[in-house]
Amino acid sequence: MDFELMINSFPKLLNAAVITLKLLSVSLIVGLFIGLLFAILRLNKNIFINKFAYGYSYVFRGTPLLVQIFIIYFGLGQIEYLRSTFLWVILKEPYWCAIIAFALNTGAYTSEILRSAFQTIQPGIIEAGKSLGISNKIIFYKIQIPIAIRQSLPAYGNEIILMMKGTSLASTVTIMDLTGVAKYIISTTFKPIEVFIVAGGIYLFMTFIIHNVIKYLEKKYSFSQ
Amino acid sequence: MELLAFGKTGWGDELFIATLMTIAVSITAMLIGFIFALIFTPLKLSKNKFLNIIANCYTTIIRGVPELLVIYLFFFGGSGAVMFVASIFGYNDYIEINAFITGSLAIGIISGAYSTEVFRGAIQSIDKGQFEASKVLGLKKPIHFFKVIMPQMLRLAIPNLSNVWQITLKDTSLISVTGLVEIMRQSYIAAGSTRDPLFFYSFAAILYLLLTFLSMKLINKLELKYSRGY
Repeated sequence: MDFELMINSFPKLLNAAVITLKLLSVSLIVGLFIGLLFAILRLNKNIFINKFAYGYSYVFRGTPLLVQIFIIYFGLGQIEYLRSTFLWVILKEPYWCAIIAFALNTGAYTSEILRSAFQTIQPGIIEAGKSLGISNKIIFYKIQIPIAIRQSLPAYGNEIILMMKGTSLASTVTIMDLTGVAKYIISTTFKPIEVFIVAGGIYLFMTFIIHNVIKYLEKKYSFSQ
Repeated sequence: MELLAFGKTGWGDELFIATLMTIAVSITAMLIGFIFALIFTPLKLSKNKFLNIIANCYTTIIRGVPELLVIYLFFFGGSGAVMFVASIFGYNDYIEINAFITGSLAIGIISGAYSTEVFRGAIQSIDKGQFEASKVLGLKKPIHFFKVIMPQMLRLAIPNLSNVWQITLKDTSLISVTGLVEIMRQSYIAAGSTRDPLFFYSFAAILYLLLTFLSMKLINKLELKYSRGY
């Protein structure tokens, strides 16, 4: 055990963890909107819209995240037309490519979580709202969405942790996140176990925090049944 | 389409072999995972606090740390660990471990943590009366486990195991960082030498979709088989 290396690499890894958290939070916020949009599309009665939303979530859940990042980072740059548009400013940066891939990926999972939450809302609740003369729009925003969010909290907590682990793939497109820096230190010092303990410890700590925040929210918003 | 031709002119045969490699790694990793689950599920369910803590450490650490980091640990640390063990026995030459073995071991340990949780949940949701009934009937331990608990456990576990299989299959794409030539690595090589990454990575995505689709079909059949009588 090389404790000196562990102590020396700790601040470097902690700095890199900030990048991991940035990647995670931006992609989760964008992914939540994508997920909500596609969950609503999934509940649409139009079969084409429905199938489109299903296809989106099927493709993004059925392929590895690594493939998705590589298609966006290496693949899209190949299209000449894209290079001439303003999109190229975003797509040439590995940071934004990673975020786009993460957001689309977590959006697919989130849409499934939210869809099942919408479907488990008891029809009686919506009917109660209707019979009170509340408009459909307000029923959706003030009744259905809050209940769906509460229902999906446990599953969404898992998704946040999975996504946090997913951000480690950003290191494959040259971003120096926590895993990227860990790999760099391992490959220069050839001390994998020490670095793994420190980097893994930081990841575990983040998992622990996320887990407890979700638990707290679950308790706070639990229905008195 | 020329790019996908078999033989020397295209990448069809290379990608086909790479697909077989992905399947082989996934199955090996899944089986290694089952071995780990067989060891750690009893520990999780045991009444001994100490054994409980060991099993909980395993599942918590593996499920809380990114897969890529675990793979790097095995990739960089694997041959070092083997060489250390070998040096105890007086063998001091450099030993290199096969990328297939390190890769499937790393993914296997990850999938084992998920399988452990699945089996634990399945056993815990079997009706208590079943355990008591087989005790009252005086069944021997192996018969009790293999003929009473196992069939019921499998029925409950298969839907969740199919999720673990999907995760394992997708995780094998990460082994490409160690240089094992599976779908991802082969696409990377092909994309590099033809300068057509969009096509090859999209094709890799289609291959993965095909694998998940076909395996879901197979698992659904298994599910039907084990839920007979319900």
